Amino acid sequence: MNIHEYQAKQLLRARGVPVPQGDAVTTLRDARRLVRELGGGVVIKAQVHAGGRGKGRVVSTAGRTAAMYKRLEADPEKVEGAVVGNRRGGVRLADGMEEALEEFRALSNHFLVTHQTGPGGAKISSVLIEQQTNIASEYYAAVLIDGSIGKPVVVASTEGGQSIEEVAAENPRAIIRQPVDPEEGFPAFRGRQLAKRLRLPSSAIRPAGQLFAGLYQTFVETDATLAEINPFVLTGDGGIIAVDAKLNIDDNADFRQPLDELRDLSQEEKMEIEAERAGIGSYIKLDGNIGCMVNGAGLAMATMDSIMLHGGEPANFLDIGTVNRVERVIAALRIIQKDPDVKAILINIFGGLARVDIVAEGVVEAVKKLRIKQPIVVRLNGSNVEEGRRILLESGISVESAEELGEASRLAVAAAR
Amino acid sequence: MSILLNRRTRVMIQGLGTEGQNQIRRSLAYNTNVVAGVHPGFRGGNSFEGFPVFPTVQDAVRRANANCSIIYVPAPGAADAILEAADAQVPLVICITEGVPIHDMVRVRQALASSKTRLIGPNCPGVIHPASHCRVGIMPPDIFKAGRVGVVSRSGTLVYEAVDQLTRAGIGQSTCVGVGGDPIIGTQQVEALRMFNSDPETDAVVLIGEIGGTAEQASAAFIKRRMNKPVVAFVAGATAPPGRRMGHAGAIIEGKDGTAEAKLAALEEAGAVISRSPAEIGSTMARVLQERGLDAALAD
Repeated sequence: MNIHEYQAKQLLRARGVPVPQGDAVTTLRDARRLVRELGGGVVIKAQVHAGGRGKGRVVSTAGRTAAMYKRLEADPEKVEGAVVGNRRGGVRLADGMEEALEEFRALSNHFLVTHQTGPGGAKISSVLIEQQTNIASEYYAAVLIDGSIGKPVVVASTEGGQSIEEVAAENPRAIIRQPVDPEEGFPAFRGRQLAKRLRLPSSAIRPAGQLFAGLYQTFVETDATLAEINPFVLTGDGGIIAVDAKLNIDDNADFRQPLDELRDLSQEEKMEIEAERAGIGSYIKLDGNIGCMVNGAGLAMATMDSIMLHGGEPANFLDIGTVNRVERVIAALRIIQKDPDVKAILINIFGGLARVDIVAEGVVEAVKKLRIKQPIVVRLNGSNVEEGRRILLESGISVESAEELGEASRLAVAAAR
Repeated sequence: MSILLNRRTRVMIQGLGTEGQNQIRRSLAYNTNVVAGVHPGFRGGNSFEGFPVFPTVQDAVRRANANCSIIYVPAPGAADAILEAADAQVPLVICITEGVPIHDMVRVRQALASSKTRLIGPNCPGVIHPASHCRVGIMPPDIFKAGRVGVVSRSGTLVYEAVDQLTRAGIGQSTCVGVGGDPIIGTQQVEALRMFNSDPETDAVVLIGEIGGTAEQASAAFIKRRMNKPVVAFVAGATAPPGRRMGHAGAIIEGKDGTAEAKLAALEEAGAVISRSPAEIGSTMARVLQERGLDAALAD
């Protein structure tokens, strides 16, 4: 789960990582109070769960129709009244109260479109206002887990402030990767050694070591899968400060981390939230017209692959998880049915833990209750398959049955045409 | 001798909750040798379906000679259950549990590095050896048929898919291993390949990968240097849009190595036979067995 920059900074600050003074605000009154407190020049930063904010476009809340999205995708500048204000990006500098409040208004409650958000953009649900930092040079720091060695890795680079993927592609030698012994952790002296390798001036070695140690501690204590500071900067007076921060927290740690408090539902797709509430493993909207309901992430991806090989396009990825309740099947089909792009539905269930007879009951009930109009192709196999096929057959509902995946894909693609 | 499981496997189950109970009943019905359960404070008393239930793994090892554990303990306690089995020196531990926090698995991997225990999973369908009717996991037993083709997969349901196609084509399986879909797992797919390569019961292997991580590249390197049996490979997620997470934490596209194209290219270059379609894994294997004259695997 992603959290906002301001939340990440709070968690880092509590563990000794220096971050700029500031706070997230949602109202003009709070913004005014905060700018007065901070004094001098401030940075105004849109809080959204997406990267590339600096180069993003802010678009207005008005007239957000599908047609507008299409035109926004082509060129946001050409959509009249879409782009808010004269300035670009979701990160802005302001000198003085008037300018700061103007930028606050230009960002707050509008939408930020970046290369990671899609044409509709992400809602700017809050705005972070911070003191400006006097930047001498920029660096990169992150901790993540390398699955192949089963250990955390600290990543650092002198090429901060830009996308680390680009640095990795263009100048891989500028990236230091240091595996961590999980028992030792990453104490400050390791951080100082790393700071030395980044050729930081001697005055900055100690605070940079502290930053690395605090970043690692945050990574472990918050059950993060990624903790990133990009950039941390050497200031004009030789200090170290984390200017931007990103934390991704392991959803599986929900039983011991306050994920509900940190979560911002306005940053997530409505249908994906509905799917989660219904206990569905995973739902992701895609661009095609064949709605898919599959059990298991691997089989769900393979089903999409098979549809594409037969010349069709999936409307979604849906891993229903382990089906042991009829309600979950109905909920999944309701979500698929709500998608106006769906012209046909392919149900592919191979029961292991999941019980195929329950899936069949769910399909029958859903077709009757939801009055599903789209043609449905069902492929059932595995646990209790005979019972499942019998239920479908005797129900009298109109579905096409397929024995195997290739045939099912072919039928679904034909039905969607 | 087979890999991982055989006629001498004595299974214990850690975690006799509803799902654990259902699954172990199915293993018993398949004639798997289940010798003990471990469930502190088990409501059913000291036994379940004819086998004894102990409060600790140590008891199950000492008193019932269990040498393989299947873990159905819910995610918050799964790492602890694995560590308990390792502490009791259980040689093979198979963890089915989905949703184990990644930081717990860092701890587990660290502890297992200095132990004799082999872990399969977590977030996996388990392992099955049809010839000895040994089912340690959640796989639907009906689709399997004893034979000479090994299957290794990151995804559970794709094991079933591949096995179903093999069985329909008349091709039986030696051992099927679901290594698990999480970023940190106990046994990598390349280790399963290595075991199959030296397994006299196995003539050929189906390898099922998916997008994300670099496990398939490691497998490709092994196939190129050491594998002396044919490998048929499928990689799921060729059509997944980049940057989106598709359920398995492992299925995140990071850099080019994580893409299906990169994985398929590495495997093909190493000499694996690629099945582009998930529906043609069985027929591809049938063709390969015929071409290589591996009639024993076909006729079985």
